[in-house]
Amino acid sequence: MAITLSGDQAIPAPPLSSRLTPAQVWGIVLLAPYLLVFLAFVVYPVCYGLWLARAPANYVALYNDPIFARAAVNTLIFLVIGINIKMLIALFLSGFFAQQRTWIKWLSVIFILPWAVPSIPTILSVRFMLNPEWGVINHLIFSFTGDDGPNWLNDPTVALTMAIGVHIWKSLPFWTLILITGRLAIPHDLFEAAEVDGASWWQKFRFITWPSMQTLYVTCTLLSMIWTLGDFNSVYLLTGGGPADLTHVLSTLGIRYLRLDQLSLAMASIVVAMPLVLPLVYFMMKRLSR
Amino acid sequence: MKLPTLREVGNEAKLLLIGIPVFIWTMIPIYHMFLFAISPKEDAFSGKLWPDHPTLHNFHIVFYQEHYFLRDFWIQFWNSTVIALAAGGLTLFIATAAAFSISRLKVPGGRWVMNLALFTYFIPAAFLAVPMYRTMGNYGLLNNHWSLILAMVTIASPYAIWVLKQASDKLPVELDEAAVMDGATTLQLFRLVYLPLMMPSLVAIGTYAVLLAWNEYLYAFLLLSKDTNITLPVALGNFLAADDSPWELLMTTGFIYALPPAAVYYAFKRYMVGGLTAGAVKS
Repeated sequence: MAITLSGDQAIPAPPLSSRLTPAQVWGIVLLAPYLLVFLAFVVYPVCYGLWLARAPANYVALYNDPIFARAAVNTLIFLVIGINIKMLIALFLSGFFAQQRTWIKWLSVIFILPWAVPSIPTILSVRFMLNPEWGVINHLIFSFTGDDGPNWLNDPTVALTMAIGVHIWKSLPFWTLILITGRLAIPHDLFEAAEVDGASWWQKFRFITWPSMQTLYVTCTLLSMIWTLGDFNSVYLLTGGGPADLTHVLSTLGIRYLRLDQLSLAMASIVVAMPLVLPLVYFMMKRLSR
Repeated sequence: MKLPTLREVGNEAKLLLIGIPVFIWTMIPIYHMFLFAISPKEDAFSGKLWPDHPTLHNFHIVFYQEHYFLRDFWIQFWNSTVIALAAGGLTLFIATAAAFSISRLKVPGGRWVMNLALFTYFIPAAFLAVPMYRTMGNYGLLNNHWSLILAMVTIASPYAIWVLKQASDKLPVELDEAAVMDGATTLQLFRLVYLPLMMPSLVAIGTYAVLLAWNEYLYAFLLLSKDTNITLPVALGNFLAADDSPWELLMTTGFIYALPPAAVYYAFKRYMVGGLTAGAVKS
């Protein structure tokens, strides 16, 4: 050791280029395009946005805006109720689709359609179905009962429920697919052993399926919550935030402020969401970057 | 031929009791869209479950741009295609280079860049849209296709890099060492060893980025606004501007717009399921 150490450390570090191997130089060159994109379209916009939202007056204005309070509550309902219902259905359906049947295989091919097609036309399709005068739902209600159906999207509670429904329709297949892969990874002999011991359906789920899927399920739920914060389409294209701006969520509210030319308010509404987003992101990063 | 036991029949019935509602739930909005596409206006608006006179006339109107809302249909279709392909190609280039650099060349600080990318991946895209819109204005790119292409690359790259890095970490180091031993330069290593081995993941990521850009609504509608440079989803949204929108034409256009991504998805399904779901959530 003593001999090999002799010269190296006394000499000041040589310039960067000669310290790097050619492979490392290439490494930096190949990483540069992404770094440029990152600096120009993530770092700069985020810093600029934070700078725009710096004035405390923005937050006072937000606090006093009833639409903001409503949007925050709607977002929480969307996340806490909507996502949990979606994930429970996905967990249930993953068990269904894990059954070995030819017709279930075919059904799973169809089931993935909402995920495979773009959301805009299908959301607009639902929107027209709910049209009080011309939509197929109220036509059916009329032909069965002789009464006019409700004006679906004119009631904020119903409208938000429908937006959550549209969101579930769109993203349920994806999460079901992920949970199916989790289920199929459970060794099959565990179930066979349980069968021999006469375990009930619930006992098999409680003591075999759930313990091995717990982590995956929680990860999926958190990830879905983060992404749903950015679900602009389900609300904007179905209700447009209406009636009377009562069904906004944070993602559509930011765009609403932007369209009203209140950019600093738009940024402030996003900054306010950060205490909710950042812990979730931190948690996900810890899980995924190993 | 053995007759099924009562228990088997009961089991099958229980499965059907789940399967049928799932089928109906999945198909309703899609069937409704298809129904409108093949219905004349009177049939569509009368709430029928099958039109009295099914017709392809709506498709004729769309293809020949015979309506005020559709006068730029083909150019919008072209815009969507160009933007999706450009975003896909650029994402693929940037992400592959970055993943190779981080995973195979072990560039200093690579792990740090990976974490930054992952962080971006988790920030909801709708939140980044507001500052991104303003930034594109500052760069003078509003109403320019590059703004949407670059925005899509920004959003698609983090996940692309992450999936490609996971995939390339699995390739044995000995391959690289053997190639270097034989005198391969870094670029030859990249081109002749790395790219061929990564092909399945590259197909998956390319498809992912193309579909992401094709399907994007929010950024497209913020960044592009002229009738001749918007993409199809923005044009669909613009139908809503009128009170008496021709919904049967809107649904026809939507149906046409939805076909290519669905076809691409099913064509590349085996890559998508293997390459993306494995990467999407690690248990």
